[in-house]
Amino acid sequence: MLLGIFWVIVEKFLLVGLIISLSMVVAMYATYAERKVAAFLQDRIGPNRAGIFGLLQPLADGGKLFFKEEIIPLTSSKFLFILGPCLSMITALLTSAVIPWSTPLHLFGQDVPLQVADINIGILYIFGVVSLGVYGIMIGGWASNNKFSLLAAVRGASQMVSYELPMGLALLGLLLFSGDLRMSVIVQNQVEHGWHIIYQPLGFLIFFVCALAECNRTPFDMAEAENELNFGYHQEYSSMKLGFYLFAEYINMFISGIVMSCLFFGGYDIPFVHEATWGLPQNVMAIVGFCVLMGKAFFFVFVFMWIRWTIPRFRYDQLMNLGWKKLVPLALINMVVTAAVILWLKK
Amino acid sequence: MAIMQLTNRAKPVDRKPMTWLESIYLWNIAKGMLITIKHFFKKKATIQYPEQTRTFSQVFRGLQVLNRDEEGRENCTACGLCAVACPAEAITMEAAERQPGEEHLYREEKYAAKYEINMLRCIFCGYCEEACPKDAIYLSQTFAPANYGRQGFIYKKEDLLIPDPVKDPEGYKKALGEKRVKK
Repeated sequence: MLLGIFWVIVEKFLLVGLIISLSMVVAMYATYAERKVAAFLQDRIGPNRAGIFGLLQPLADGGKLFFKEEIIPLTSSKFLFILGPCLSMITALLTSAVIPWSTPLHLFGQDVPLQVADINIGILYIFGVVSLGVYGIMIGGWASNNKFSLLAAVRGASQMVSYELPMGLALLGLLLFSGDLRMSVIVQNQVEHGWHIIYQPLGFLIFFVCALAECNRTPFDMAEAENELNFGYHQEYSSMKLGFYLFAEYINMFISGIVMSCLFFGGYDIPFVHEATWGLPQNVMAIVGFCVLMGKAFFFVFVFMWIRWTIPRFRYDQLMNLGWKKLVPLALINMVVTAAVILWLKK
Repeated sequence: MAIMQLTNRAKPVDRKPMTWLESIYLWNIAKGMLITIKHFFKKKATIQYPEQTRTFSQVFRGLQVLNRDEEGRENCTACGLCAVACPAEAITMEAAERQPGEEHLYREEKYAAKYEINMLRCIFCGYCEEACPKDAIYLSQTFAPANYGRQGFIYKKEDLLIPDPVKDPEGYKKALGEKRVKK
């Protein structure tokens, strides 16, 4: 009994370590991808000097950040100043805990689920952690003791709060379908009944826009608006503390790509085929499923970048108008219509 | 009073309020994204600089070269006309008399013992080339490479002289460039 618990703990620790390092590596190369995508969309070719195709560029960037001088402004509140980037990083990494990465692996005679915690409030947990993410920005901006940082923090906070609402409402329609908050059940439901995007296109659209806002990506990068607020909340940051903020953004992007794939695009499910009938070994299936999920997530990350390098930032009033006057009513309509249809079908 | 119209191309600004579809931006953003993705697959204009270089036009005015004749003797007689013609006052020189036994080095009795061009001052106008009566200086199709200090941009005679056509015919030809061959 005790040994069993011990093994479960070891297994979970390994899984957590794996997922965190995976998120880190993906975030690292997301910075590389960002630069490449930006370059390609602008008819350039991007970094290509460090290693073949510039593949060592993230290492060079990281190394540079490490060796930069660490500055803590005299007038800042030191504890909060350090807490800000830590909080950003922690919340970014925490989200991945409830993601079902794939079907279970079969190792040493037992099934190992590729999900750290299949808690019964999975999606609510994600929402909770994501909404904590705003504290990283707020604390960072506040502790810097700089009016630009503070302005950015205030803007960022109000933006996040405004867009969490339609995000949650957009999700309600989906939850009516799946009937469960567990991430594993939501994904399994799609494997059986088809992807949620078919039933909830509007819900997905709203969710996607809000995800952009939650990740602080252009056109919603109010909090770090370079040309109006001098890099906003991380203006006073240097060295790896700045690195943490930037890194957290990319991890957030990756995780929201994963979450969107899980919620609307079937998670590890391969479209148009019934992979259970292939008769492949369980472990191979798990790896294939994992690759499929990653593929979907990378696609979303690409779309995020594509949008960033296409459109400029919204004005603050446009942002608020879009959030409260357009997305919230749309999400409400979506929810009510979905509920009515489900009620009608069940009768 | 209306502002005078210079052309009839001016279009009045459309100040209609946005329709509902426009106000959620999605359609217009999609159009924009279509444009950018087209650029994603376009051929890139980048030239990988140190490895690849652009070919300059025939009339490009680059770094100065001090010329030699076919026997490898310096053409320059240190007359100073280039320095006079130079609007940026980038050229300085010191003349010296050719000693007996130096006939294989200098074409005429007088030569430039020192010849310096400050490439930070030079505006590459080509007036020196035009002023020179001895065909001793011309502008090549390369430009001055970057340097860490200002001193590095003051080009001495050794830096400017073309390779000796007798000892290094290939280097001479290369330095001469297409422009001179055509003349």
